[in-house]
Amino acid sequence: MPLADTATLVDIARQIGATHAAPAADAVDREARFPHEALEALKAEGLLGALIPQELGGIGATIADVAAVCETLGRSCAATAMIFAMHQINVACLLRHGRSAPFFREYLAAVAADQRLIASATSEVGTGGDLRRSVCGVQPEPEGRIRISKRCPVISYGDEADDILLTARRAPDAAPADQVLVLVRKSDCTLTREGEWDTLGMRGTRSFGFTLDASASKDHVVPVPFADAASQTMIPVSHLLWSALWLGLASDAVARARAFVRAEARRCPGDTPPSAPRLAQVVAELDTMRALVHDGLSAFDRHKDDVDTLGGFGFALRMNNLKVSASRLAPEIVGGALAVCGIAAYRNDSPYSVGRHLRDAHSAALMVGNDRIYAANAAMLLVHKEE
Amino acid sequence: MGHDITTEIRTILRAHGRLAADVATLREEDDLYLAGLTSHASVNLMLALEEHFEIEFPERMLRRGAFSSIAAIRAGLLELTGADA
Repeated sequence: MPLADTATLVDIARQIGATHAAPAADAVDREARFPHEALEALKAEGLLGALIPQELGGIGATIADVAAVCETLGRSCAATAMIFAMHQINVACLLRHGRSAPFFREYLAAVAADQRLIASATSEVGTGGDLRRSVCGVQPEPEGRIRISKRCPVISYGDEADDILLTARRAPDAAPADQVLVLVRKSDCTLTREGEWDTLGMRGTRSFGFTLDASASKDHVVPVPFADAASQTMIPVSHLLWSALWLGLASDAVARARAFVRAEARRCPGDTPPSAPRLAQVVAELDTMRALVHDGLSAFDRHKDDVDTLGGFGFALRMNNLKVSASRLAPEIVGGALAVCGIAAYRNDSPYSVGRHLRDAHSAALMVGNDRIYAANAAMLLVHKEE
Repeated sequence: MGHDITTEIRTILRAHGRLAADVATLREEDDLYLAGLTSHASVNLMLALEEHFEIEFPERMLRRGAFSSIAAIRAGLLELTGADA
């Protein structure tokens, strides 16, 4: 088992990126297929258990370590990085909010030992994309069992995951926002796929719609309200890990632009290539984005054990702002790299191509729509005061 | 502070809480979120309380727990106004 050391983890991720994720990235994108090479390699290194403490058989990495892995993978294949990030978000929720329960301790140990991949089913038909409302409810069944039926507009890698973490009302007659998280095993589910996943970008995440019918023991219900898990863990960790992988994606586009300008410069030593000043602007934007992500990670690290702060409006605003800013910067930076390289980046068959990056980057503003986040922030700002 | 702060809280809750439950039947310790209070409605509730009681909730009170029951709201208001329960 590797040590929980950022540099070691990033080295492993870089290696997997170079040997497994990057070579397959164009095929994954073109065919909208699962990046199974990279996921197998991540499993072989135990990285699906990265956040799980060593006492449970995991690596014991921090959120910042995992963000560094996401960024590194994002440089090679954004879909791979997104799948990895989503899995880690689910693990983070179970670790923080489920670990006190014997079932979840055992389950987390199994995730580390067997490298089980967890998908999430948080969105639902009929909620208008609101994470904090559910239509379906946990239906009690005899002998300590429960049943849940949910219509999910998307479950990323739902076909490939081993288990699914879903949201539902605590009971069928509970209020829409009175939600819990429930872990269901794919083997205890009927998943009926609905529709296709033919999108502009992030094609390898295979985020099909599904109708889900699941049965589980009542022990599979996370023992805290989803409201707490969402505000303290799911939302901040999502925004941090997503922003980190978008940073990786933007970094690779900029790396291509830098290589292009260097090649231009070498052709005419003494003349600054006309694209060089534009590259300088793009690199400045990338540095801004990097600073945002790292600042968000250090804020989370400072407050990670302070549930009052994590659950407060000030922290929610900060994490939301990270998300909207990073998701705005990612396509801007990739677009800038495209402008630097011109036709060489516009072509799909050049070493400077950034078409996939640009298409993937445009997903960032849609994953929890920025308009929805601005609306939530606008409401919080009505009562929030500056410190 | 008004003669019956709890009554005033209930009135504001009825007007702005958009609860699924009937406010009159809620006990003081009942969880308002379980009664259907959403995060969006909670902001309107905070604004209405600030206006009515002429107070401002500081940053440290802008979290779920501070508005999770009539009793919690009353405790926060009493702290801010310096009145006795």
